[in-house]
Amino acid sequence: MVTEKNRFLRGDDIPRSEITPRDVFENRRRLIQLAGAAGASALFGTATLARAQSAAVSPDPKAQKLSARPNPAFRLPDTVTPYQDITTYNNYYEFGTDKSDPAHHAGTLQTRPWIVSVEGECQNPKNYAIDDLLKLVPLEERVYRMRCVEGWSMVIPWIGYPLAEIIKRAAPTSSAKYVQFITLDDPKQMPGLSEPIINWPYSEGLRMDEAMNPLTLLTVGLYGQVLPNQNGAPVRVVVPWKYGFKSGKSIVKIRFVDKQPPTAWNTYAPQEYGFYSNVNPQVDHPRWSQATERRIGEGGYFTPKRPTLMFNGYGEQVASMYQGMDLRKFF
Amino acid sequence: MSDIHPPPTVAKPASGRAPRAAASGASAASTARMGADARQMRWIKIVVFCAALYPFARLIVFGLTQQLGANPIEFITFSTGTWTLVMLCITLAITPVRKLTGINQLLRLRRMLGLFAFFYGTLHFITYIWFDQWFDLHSIYHDVLRRPFITVGFGAFVLMAALAVTSPRAMVRKLGGKRWQLLHRAIYLIGILSILHFWWMKAGKHNLAQPKLYAAIVAGLLAIRVVYAVAARLKRPA
Repeated sequence: MVTEKNRFLRGDDIPRSEITPRDVFENRRRLIQLAGAAGASALFGTATLARAQSAAVSPDPKAQKLSARPNPAFRLPDTVTPYQDITTYNNYYEFGTDKSDPAHHAGTLQTRPWIVSVEGECQNPKNYAIDDLLKLVPLEERVYRMRCVEGWSMVIPWIGYPLAEIIKRAAPTSSAKYVQFITLDDPKQMPGLSEPIINWPYSEGLRMDEAMNPLTLLTVGLYGQVLPNQNGAPVRVVVPWKYGFKSGKSIVKIRFVDKQPPTAWNTYAPQEYGFYSNVNPQVDHPRWSQATERRIGEGGYFTPKRPTLMFNGYGEQVASMYQGMDLRKFF
Repeated sequence: MSDIHPPPTVAKPASGRAPRAAASGASAASTARMGADARQMRWIKIVVFCAALYPFARLIVFGLTQQLGANPIEFITFSTGTWTLVMLCITLAITPVRKLTGINQLLRLRRMLGLFAFFYGTLHFITYIWFDQWFDLHSIYHDVLRRPFITVGFGAFVLMAALAVTSPRAMVRKLGGKRWQLLHRAIYLIGILSILHFWWMKAGKHNLAQPKLYAAIVAGLLAIRVVYAVAARLKRPA
């Protein structure tokens, strides 16, 4: 059922009448893929067809299934990015700097046993075993846009529940102004840690209101399955209105702090990566424009980039948190 | 650093391959040997030409068989950029290797290799203005002006184009050997700008392993020239 509140959470400014029901757009997507493949195969032979079909095939048959209720408030009209692209094109420097490295090297990550320590300025600090965390709240599926600071984007069906559920249980004190997320840093499991690219462990953070925003998702799966290691298994956060690097992976600590915590890329190059890092087409990264993005898996080689949306299209849900702030200064 | 010799511009002998030997009035026997050398050189050139086309052929095959990964345009951009740098390094290596080994024929491959560097540089540039910028001249203009890594990359490309245009023998005659030589020393600057372009691009994510490798190679190739130049200067008064 779509309540008035949920209707507000749609993550897009598109009128309801223009939003395509999931089954329709999935069918349409298949048709477009086939049509595109047919057109492309006229140009490039039949190889394209093989890939379009394989992209439509269900994800990894060996991966553990994860049942989750699709939340109708978080559908998107956008075509979902193929599973193969989501799981082979990753920035996860703990497993190497090439986009394909994490898929090749993340097999060494041990996701059981796994403890997430909720700590710091709160009344109920607690160590959660990962399997308890999975059962804490019913899981839901949400389709979010993901925009990387490098200028590409995906559309991903995540599984999880609002981070706010954990925060509420922890009962942060009045001095808790920010939430910090710490990623595992075990060199035995993560070969990339031998390169001093950033100050390990990877650390990210949100202001308390950002962390409590209903969009901020504690994420344990994608495409109906548990998170693949290269996507941040066994648990990560997803903050869809910010550049992807703000969404910390393989989290071992969720810490309430009174000051803005040091965050990985901001510490490395504060002039290039702000603490907020809200998706903003008007504020360029010094090395490239942020006005457009390449949607991974969309169309063929000759598909132009698409315009980037303010707050990645989630302005309705998040813009009020930044009212009165100079977003050029606090980029 | 005077290793850039213009190709000989004397009247072409029938083969067009051995002007110096022909000009020195070779005996019949050595002329026959020259013919064999020319044939050998032609084959070597064909082999090198095909080898230098391999990276391009690979991109085409990967494109047709969907092996360019999740972000094909990024793959093509990185690949063509890397091969431009590789071809530049090989071109810059010709003179030092020739001096170290005494194989003077290597010089005959230099122009072709330099033109291949320009070829991959052109593919790299086209990928940027077409697939990345979609011919948005305003956006390209801003990129070139405001983003140092693009500014130096663009500068290197413009210089390479100038060298490519003046690469035919006829241009050597037109410019005169000295001026041609001076212009073609821009290859040293192109090497340095290309390294900066690569370095500054990768610095954004502090991922400098590859730029460091190429910087070391280019620095080494330029340093050898300095050593030769100093040695030549020291020898001269004796």
